[in-house]
This record gives sequence, structure tokens and C-alpha cells, in this order.
Amino acid sequence: MLLRHTTKEVKEREGLTINPAKTCQPIGAMYAALGIHGCLPHSHGSQGCCSYHRSTLTRHYKEPVMAATSSFTEGASVFGGQANLLSAIETIFTVYDPEVIAVHSTCLSETIGDDLQQITKKASDDGKIPEGKYVIYASTPSFVGSHITGYANMVTGMTEQFAVSTGEKKDQVNVIAGWMEPSDMREIKSLASRLGVKIVLFPDTSDVLDAPQTGKHEFYPKGGITIDELKSAGDSKCSLAVGCISAEPAAIALEKKCKVPFETVDMPIGLSATDRFIMALSKAGSVKVPDEITAERGRLVDVMADMEQYFYGKKVALFGDPDQLIPLTEFLLDLGMIPAHIVSGTPGLRFEKRMKEILERAPGANFRNGPQADMFLMHQWIKNEPVDLLIGNTYGKYIARDEDIPFVRFGFPILDRIGHSYFPNVGYSGSLRLVEKILGVLMDRQDRTSLEEKFELVM
Amino acid sequence: MEAKVLIPDPSKIKEELINKYPAKVAKKRSKSIVVNDPEIVPEVQANVRTVPGIITQRGCSYAGCKGVVLGPTRDIVNIVHGPIGCSFYAWLTRRNQTRPETPEHENYITYCFSTDMQEEHVVFGGEKKLKVAIQEAYDLFHPKAIAIFSTCPVGLIGDDVHAVSREMKEKLGDCNVFGFSCEGYRGVSQSAGHHIANNGVFKHMVGNNNEVKPGKFKLNLLGEYNIGGDAFEIERLLEKCGITLVASFSGNSTVGAIENAHTADLNVIMCHRSINYMGDMMETKYGIPWMKVNFVGAESTAKSLRKIAEYFGDEELKARVEEVIAEEVPAVKAIIDEIRPRTEGKTAMLFVGGSRAHHYQDLFSELGMTTLAAGYEFAHRDDYEGREVLPKIKIDADSKNIEELKVTADPELYNPRKSEAELEELKAKGLEINGYEGMMKQMMKKTLVVDDVSHYESEKLIEMYKPDIFCAGIKEKYVVQKMGVPLKQLHSYDYGGPYTGFKGAVNFYKDIDRMVNNPVWKMIKAPWEKSEPESLEASYVAS
Repeated sequence: MLLRHTTKEVKEREGLTINPAKTCQPIGAMYAALGIHGCLPHSHGSQGCCSYHRSTLTRHYKEPVMAATSSFTEGASVFGGQANLLSAIETIFTVYDPEVIAVHSTCLSETIGDDLQQITKKASDDGKIPEGKYVIYASTPSFVGSHITGYANMVTGMTEQFAVSTGEKKDQVNVIAGWMEPSDMREIKSLASRLGVKIVLFPDTSDVLDAPQTGKHEFYPKGGITIDELKSAGDSKCSLAVGCISAEPAAIALEKKCKVPFETVDMPIGLSATDRFIMALSKAGSVKVPDEITAERGRLVDVMADMEQYFYGKKVALFGDPDQLIPLTEFLLDLGMIPAHIVSGTPGLRFEKRMKEILERAPGANFRNGPQADMFLMHQWIKNEPVDLLIGNTYGKYIARDEDIPFVRFGFPILDRIGHSYFPNVGYSGSLRLVEKILGVLMDRQDRTSLEEKFELVM
Repeated sequence: MEAKVLIPDPSKIKEELINKYPAKVAKKRSKSIVVNDPEIVPEVQANVRTVPGIITQRGCSYAGCKGVVLGPTRDIVNIVHGPIGCSFYAWLTRRNQTRPETPEHENYITYCFSTDMQEEHVVFGGEKKLKVAIQEAYDLFHPKAIAIFSTCPVGLIGDDVHAVSREMKEKLGDCNVFGFSCEGYRGVSQSAGHHIANNGVFKHMVGNNNEVKPGKFKLNLLGEYNIGGDAFEIERLLEKCGITLVASFSGNSTVGAIENAHTADLNVIMCHRSINYMGDMMETKYGIPWMKVNFVGAESTAKSLRKIAEYFGDEELKARVEEVIAEEVPAVKAIIDEIRPRTEGKTAMLFVGGSRAHHYQDLFSELGMTTLAAGYEFAHRDDYEGREVLPKIKIDADSKNIEELKVTADPELYNPRKSEAELEELKAKGLEINGYEGMMKQMMKKTLVVDDVSHYESEKLIEMYKPDIFCAGIKEKYVVQKMGVPLKQLHSYDYGGPYTGFKGAVNFYKDIDRMVNNPVWKMIKAPWEKSEPESLEASYVAS
């Protein structure tokens, strides 16, 4: 057994987190910053932080992930990291020539009280930022929130620090992407274009973390929201925040700064959430939903109806991040499945409340979020009440193998398969892909374990 | 020796590498980039701070301590005291394989333990939470040992992990609890963490069990972390030769083995950088000499086995080692004879780790490939120039912060395994006893040696040298491959391996053959990108 020490008996823990269902804020900030064109993310902390974040993102995307670090030593930790950051800014603009450096803090720089706003202002005052170039920042101490809130903080940072209101409204809608894959962002752009709504999607990691092989390494790949587009977000007629945890804070900041009204929608994963997303986007753009999209929806419903017997009553354990778990849980319920155990390391009452509302349709489901809401606890729950399907990031494979549960990889990080960066999980077609994946593992299981006389040709 | 393949003028290349840097940075970097001469071995600046903003391969002290040295031992519960990330990123990502004795035996490598420090703990202190976490881990698992690793905020807020560990060790009674002050900001790279780990393992584990186990030729394998199963292959060979492995530091290892390590009669060192401190300390305290070996490469493996036999000085063992080599070599030869015509004359660059950039050059030379440039990520000057430079190395402020244990001979257990005269005699026979000659003496003249290579420098090197393969880690993997050059990861082995011993050499030959001759590298351009539109027109007219 891979996880041979996991006991069935659940004991409440207060000090120890085992097999976490989250990671720390800075990696989220780094991921978000990669969604700005020409941006070099910068980690203000020890070298290890930057190295670990780049490694994890690289393993997830199988793509270059460029980012720099303030390379703190003991001296910097005692006397403050200002000198390191100022020197880093100078070196980066000279050697790597980005349009913008997006600095995020770490537990180290936050503990010693480095103030990124003050240091970046000093860099500007000292003339270390070349004309037409920018340094933005976000505070992302690792001892607060999770990678998801770190992402939200950097998205808020880029919105607040770039968006301006010129007083002249533009006929465009901001779509603020919660933490999703480049493939999902690409799909949202495609849906908007098919709907006929002009959107400004940010951040946008498509064409950054799914770059083509050309024989040349593009240090700043083609994709990403441009600074001009980000600036124009202040003149958009409204914003859609896609995800109440990872996207809404930026929408609130934009409303405050530039009076752009917003609506928060769930990430369009599954039928109901995509329905709401399409309605919200068509309303925001004042357009009618074209037949093409209605037909795409119809294909998803068709498969759900045709295959309902394979989903109905199946118990599912899932773990991951709030903005994905909310619509995913709802979708499982729409499919007739039973979400039985759900954990997320990301804290937050808003998340808890949304999940409880959705889980009214699944009485008896176990749900917990925040510290100690970890995969060890979920595994224990599974030992007490077995499930038919497990959905989560790559670390789930250890539970899946030990307990012999069909497993669908979903979320972050996925270190052992490809596909997530190329094929979306959002929208009707993304949801259809998810249905196909779930069906695939359930049917493979049936094919592998059924008695010979019960082996089915047609399913 | 001069490089057999034509290479550009290295001094011009060096100029090119640094001319884009701000003046101060260029000055600093120029001392870490040297043109090699194996005869005189020029000085390389190493183990110094990376310039902030430079995109470096390096990680932190915590990574070296928890990730590298302590991580591979399967029956220690390793609790990371700090915010969640540090423990999360080091969770199973280093591929330290381990094989518990039975399905019931302990193995915590698949688990990730953290105190998941929150803001309130940073403000009011985290010791209380740490104690609760240790107690909870004990109640759940009853492990033999619990190790505590400090992350950056821990040192800054003043949590005393050592006092907490002592208190909990006393309270629990049958569990060894010890802490490491391996905050990420200590030192300039992972290297500081290796040293801190060596100190802690030496203080808290080695020597805890004096039981002398049977075995005529007993050694410890130091600095072998069983990535991709490397230690399994070395274990197989040692066993076949009749050599007893008391403890491995720390691949496929256990608390019990490490506690008993001082009963061995020789320490052989694979990764000099990460574990040489342990070799020195065990020699001083217990009288066990250490010897540098290299099980990467078939020839190096044979040589290392012979050196071990020579050390023990037993004719029967020497004969057995020759038998084993004779048995193993034909399979290796059959493969290399088939592969070498396809790899001969190709070129490689290695920028990785603290010893791999040296060791793997042996495998490339067995493939007939030339190493054009190499460097370490976190090594010191002795790893480049050889241990004879140790007295000349200036101790800077960053190194001073890392504790040097004061070790003296143990009044009861000190027992010099060999007399001074015997050791001198062995050294004269070419055994690297308490010594390491470093990387540069093996590299050809006019090759380039670059310490802590930056992203910018690697791209430039690839542009100018156009190597057939580049060896580094995951962060560099896809950058280099986007340039159309295959990258072999020498931390994780691209999820392959083992690469040690005879079987490992065969694995490596096959992998490199596959990579440098893979047809995909010729498919990068689309057919319509290969010819100019004019010629298309011309061919249309001509037909």
C-alpha cells in the first residue's frame, strides 16, 4: 500500500496537516502574472520559493516558466529585502527586458515587513524603471489563504495598477478569469466570439503555457493580456468575474477604482454553470445566444440523457480548489451522481456557504475546507464510506491505487498526464469532455472487473 | 587532452556571455566562468550569492536539507514547520525510491506533513502548534523518529524547533525527535541545507545503536539518494561482491541503519558536495576513513568496486570483484557497441547539481560524446578544483552562518580502521581516500566551466555551441527543448533510470541514443515553412 499508514478511524487534528489539498499563495501569483503579455513574474523571497513554483508549474504544463527571484540571504532577511529587490529590478530590465515585472511577496518578505508598494515606488523614483515599462506587485504571504487567493491577489494587483477610466466607455466586457487552464481561457474567448461579445479576458495564459514548438524559445510568448488591454478594462461597460474566490476580488477593485459594475458567475463547468455563464455573458453584451451554442448545449444534454444509467447513484470523492469544486459538485448532481466527500485546503466562509447550498441536494455529504481539510482526512472518509469515483489532482492517484477507485484527474497540479492545457473543461464542449472522461474510467472499470458472462459488447 | 570536436574560441564565448549584464554583475559573473585547463586548473568562483533578478537554477537551504538529505529515508516522519507550500513542493517530487522490507513496514515517503502555519502563528509564535503537530503525528503513527524542518518565517519569529524537539522527545519517550534550522534564506543555495542536514543526522542519529552486525567487508554508501532506483543497482552489485552495506545516506535507508552506520569500516562517497561533512565527522569521531567513488558509468563502476576491494585488501574479495565485473561487462559491451556508432562525436553540456555534472561526463565519454561545457548549480570550489583547494577557500559571511560541528574522537568508539601508513599506501595506489580530485581535471582543455549558470547564459551557450544534448533540471527542460535541443533531466532522470552501475549505464546509453537521434527534432518546421514562396512559384512555372 502506498499510503499504508492512513487509518480508518478519524481523529480530529489541530496542529498537523497531512497531504494537503492546497499550496501557498505565491505560486498563484506567479501563474496569474504569466497571463500578462511580456511579463516576468518576480518572487520577492528566498530562491527556493521561486524554484519550487517554477518547477511545479513546469511539471504541470511541460512548458518553460520564466520567473526571477530576489535571492534573499540571511543578511537580507535581517536588514530587509529592499536592496535585493531594487538590484533585481535593474538586472531584470537590463538582461531580460520585460514590459512589466510582476512582483509578489512570500512568507519571508512579509514576516520581515517589506512593503512592496514603497519599494516599487522607490525603484520608480530612483529611475530604475525604464520609460514605458512597469513594475506591479501583490502581497501574497504564504501563511494566509492558499494558491487560489494568491492568484486572486495578483489579478487584483494587475487590475488596480493598470486599469484606468478615461471617461469614455468602450463597447467591451471584462471577463476576469478565475484560476483555470490556458485551454479554458481559450474556450471562453471562443465562446464570447461565437456569441458576438467583445471581451477583455484577463489574465490570459493561452499561447503562453501552451506554446508551440518552433525551434526557438520565446522568452515572452505570443499570448497574454497586453498592458493596453488591461488599461482599457477601466473603460469597459461591465465585468464578469468568473469565480467568486479567485476572480471576484479583482472585479470589486475595478468597480471601486473605475466604477465598472460587475457580476460574479461560477466557472462554466457543467451544464447549469455554463448555462448561467452564457446567460450572463449574453446579457452583458446585449446579444442573443446563437443557435450554434444552443446546439452545443443540446449535444451535452443528449449525452447526459443517453448515458444516465452509468452515472446515476455513483458516489464521488473530490478535492481541489473552490471555484472549480463549486460548479463541479453541481454538475455531478446534475448527472445523478452523489458527491460523498469533498475537501479543499482553501479557507473561506463564502466558499463554505456556496458548497452547503449546493450540497442540500446531497444530504450526508462530507465537506470541509481550510487547514486540516486535507487529503488524509478525505482518504479516511473514503475508508469509512467507499466511493465509485475519485476526482482531483495527481496526488489522488495514491488513494485511487490503494483503494482501487476509478480516478479522473482534474485541477492543479496534474503532473503525470497531459491534456489539461490543451483541452478545456469549461463550456458545453469542455463539460462534454469531462463527461467522456468520467464515463471512460467507470466503463473501463466495468470492463476490467465484470464476470466473463457479464462482459458487455455494447454499453 | 584537447577537445576532439571543433569548438568555438571559449574566451570569446565568455565575453559574449557577460556583455549584456550591468557592469557589476558582469564583473561578478566573469569569475564564475572559466576556460578549463586540466593541467593547471584555474580558480572558479563558486558557492557565492546569486545576483538578485538573475534567473538561476538554484533552490534553498530547506530544499537541500529536507528534500535532498533527509527525504529519502522512509521511516522518519518529516514535519515541515511553516506555511503549507514548502512541504507541498517537496512532496514526492524527487523520486527517491524506497523498498520497505514488507508491506507492513513503515514508509512515510508518500506522505506530506506540515504545521500549515497561519498568520496568527507568525504573529504569536508557532511553537505551540508544532508541539501539537508532533503529538498528533506520534499518536497516529508511532514512528521511530520525527524530524522538524524550519522554513523561512520560523527563524525570523524565533520559534525554537530544537527546544521543542528536545521537550517532545522526552515526553514521548520512545521516539527520537530532532529539528533542523534549515530556513530557506540560510547560505546561498541548497548546499547550506546539506551541511545543516549532515550536522543533524550526525548529532541525533549516527551512533545511537552500537550493535555490531555480521559481515566481513562493511561499508556505508554516502550521498546516494536512490533517485530512479540508483541505490538498488549499487546494492545489487555490493551484495553480489559479498560486501555488506551497513547504511546508505540516505536512499532506500532506514533510521535503524543510519543509527548503526558507525559500525562500518569504510564510507564510500557518491555525491561529495552533499555529504562530505558526514565523511569527515565520522572519520574524526569513529576512525572510519572515507573514499570518493563513482558508480555512474560502467568503467567508473568497475573502478570503484576495485578500489573498495583494494581498501579492504582481501585477495578473495579482489578476486570476487573481478568475477563480478567479468560477469557484468559483456552485457554492457554488447549494448555500447551497438549504440556508440550513433552517438560518437556528438556533444553534451551539463549544468546540474553538485556532483552529477561531473559523474555523468563518464557516461558521455563511454558514448563517445564530448562535454563542451559543464558546471554545478550549488557546488563549492573543491568540487571543481579538487579538495586540495580547501585551505585556500575564503569563508564568507554566508558560509559562516552555517554551524561547523566541533567533533572529537569518541573515547570508547574511536577505532582507526587503517593506520596513517596504510592510508598513505592506499592513496599511492590511486584511491581517493579522504580526497576528491574534482571535475576540472577530467574535463578537456578549452572546455568551459560555469558555476551557477543563469538562464541567459545557458541560452547563449546553446546558440553558440549547438550541443546535441543539454543536461539540467525540470525548470530548464522545456526552455531548451523549445530551442530544438533535447534536455536530459539529471535530477529526476525524466522519470527513468536507474543510471548507476552496469545496468544503469545501459539504461543511460539507450536513453541518450533515443534522445539525440529522435526524429521529432527534424519535424519542427512545417513543410510550407521549409521552402520559400518564390521557389514554389518557380517550380510551378517550370512544370
